[in-house]
Amino acid sequence: MEIVLVSLFNGLVYGMLLFMLASGLTLIFSMMGVLNFAHASIYMIGAYLAFTVSRFVGFFPALIIAPLLCALIGAAIEVWGLRRVHHNGHIAELLFTFGLVFIVQRSVQMIWGMLPMAYRVPPSLDFSLFTIYGANFPAYRGFMLLVSVGMLVATWLLLKKTRIGLVIQAALTHPQMASALGHNVPRVFTIVFAGGCLLAGLAGVIGGNYQTTEPGMAESMGPIVFVVVVFGGLGSLAGCFVASILMGLIMTFAVVINTSMLDLLRPLGITVTGDNLFTEILTVPVARIGALLPFAMMIIILSFRPRGLMGTRDT
Amino acid sequence: MILEVRDLHAYYGQSHILHGVAMDVNDGEIVSLLGRNGVGRSTACKSIMGLVTAQGTVKFKGKDIAGLRPDQVAHCGIGYVPEDRQIFPTLTVRQNLELGLKRSGTFGRWNFDDVFALFPNLKARQDTSAGVLSGGEQQMLTMCRTLMGDPDLMLIDEPTEGLAPKLVEQVGELLAEIARRGVSVLLVEQKLAIALKISSRLYVMGHGRIVFEGTPGDLGANSAVRKEWLEV
Repeated sequence: MEIVLVSLFNGLVYGMLLFMLASGLTLIFSMMGVLNFAHASIYMIGAYLAFTVSRFVGFFPALIIAPLLCALIGAAIEVWGLRRVHHNGHIAELLFTFGLVFIVQRSVQMIWGMLPMAYRVPPSLDFSLFTIYGANFPAYRGFMLLVSVGMLVATWLLLKKTRIGLVIQAALTHPQMASALGHNVPRVFTIVFAGGCLLAGLAGVIGGNYQTTEPGMAESMGPIVFVVVVFGGLGSLAGCFVASILMGLIMTFAVVINTSMLDLLRPLGITVTGDNLFTEILTVPVARIGALLPFAMMIIILSFRPRGLMGTRDT
Repeated sequence: MILEVRDLHAYYGQSHILHGVAMDVNDGEIVSLLGRNGVGRSTACKSIMGLVTAQGTVKFKGKDIAGLRPDQVAHCGIGYVPEDRQIFPTLTVRQNLELGLKRSGTFGRWNFDDVFALFPNLKARQDTSAGVLSGGEQQMLTMCRTLMGDPDLMLIDEPTEGLAPKLVEQVGELLAEIARRGVSVLLVEQKLAIALKISSRLYVMGHGRIVFEGTPGDLGANSAVRKEWLEV
């Protein structure tokens, strides 16, 4: 029982972290048609900046400063990079963001080194929130949940209740028309790109000490975020949210489930024995293939719903 | 003269679409741009609007607007109603109209009440998603949305395409009302009858050029032009 509760909570925390990354990526993707490979790199920059900034001014100011720096970096990338290669089509844009991944990776290694950073949970949040069935809930995870829910509400309000949100929604489906009505769509693109990078940076700040701040963190996070975006469906924030939470839960639960396919078949009276590949596959415990599950899920959903869970468009 | 177009050339990749188009729209005038499908009428509108890169001179109220971004052209006072309507389907009818405003809460010749008085249907459905409106309602919405931005010149591309005869009549009435309020109109049309009825002057396009220019009376009398460039 406690395993279920603890995993549920952890899955939720991880899912919200994924959503913070994926929501920005899906907004950028559906509006500009750019699959930003470097999105997880901004997440990594956020974590490293938070580590460095928090050494000087403490964790909480860093929680604000690092994401803002990421937003500035994002705006610079859009204005001086993406906008220039935009005229050469989507392939050029893809290659540009793909190149950024390596540049960020090497720069981070050059500045901070190859080893993991000692980016730790701040002492003021380093206690047990409550104990249930003998298991401790770290307060920091509660804090992460709080920050991500706050960010979710803020983003939702911005999109649904403000004029700039209205223009963003319009530009999501018909950028040319929005522009012909007098809205500065290139500026909207910059705002969305910077906003997406702000969210990715924030995810880096609160995720960097939850996981590990090291040069490989972008590489390990990137594919999962893509899976979430594709699974949820392009252009749908709601789909993205459902997909994030689902992936968070699946990946967390998969780690603790020790049953194999064979164990599930046994109550049905099916037993397989023998020393062959088939038996081998069936006896692998779920925990060992946990990391594969998101990709398997993506393949399954794409075979039945090519547009993803709640996607509204193809590209 | 509110709009002056001279020697306008436009290309899609390798293909040369506009071959030196020249036309004028005077203040408060409805001018129709006729021609068969694919002769470049829509491209001419898009080029004026800045949605398609083009070479040539486009002067609006005496100011050179060639090469400006679409939003800058819109802020000069040109409104554009595309052929494919391009309503924002996920937003409500009212939000669509709201997006026509260049600044929130700033109204010109048209406000929500004017639009709703003209089209009570839009008022009744103002809180529904625009995507579920009928084709006719979407056409009204897309024209009203552009009107909310208070343009001095409207470029309207095939507003009656695919509409029932009764709705075509309604579009005609709206165009007349637009002109009554002092807005000039450049109307791309396929239906000769409506164009002859409401326009003060007409242009006929063929193969990316203007092949005829005159009044409805001139065109009515010139069966050779009608036969060669308009009739199917």
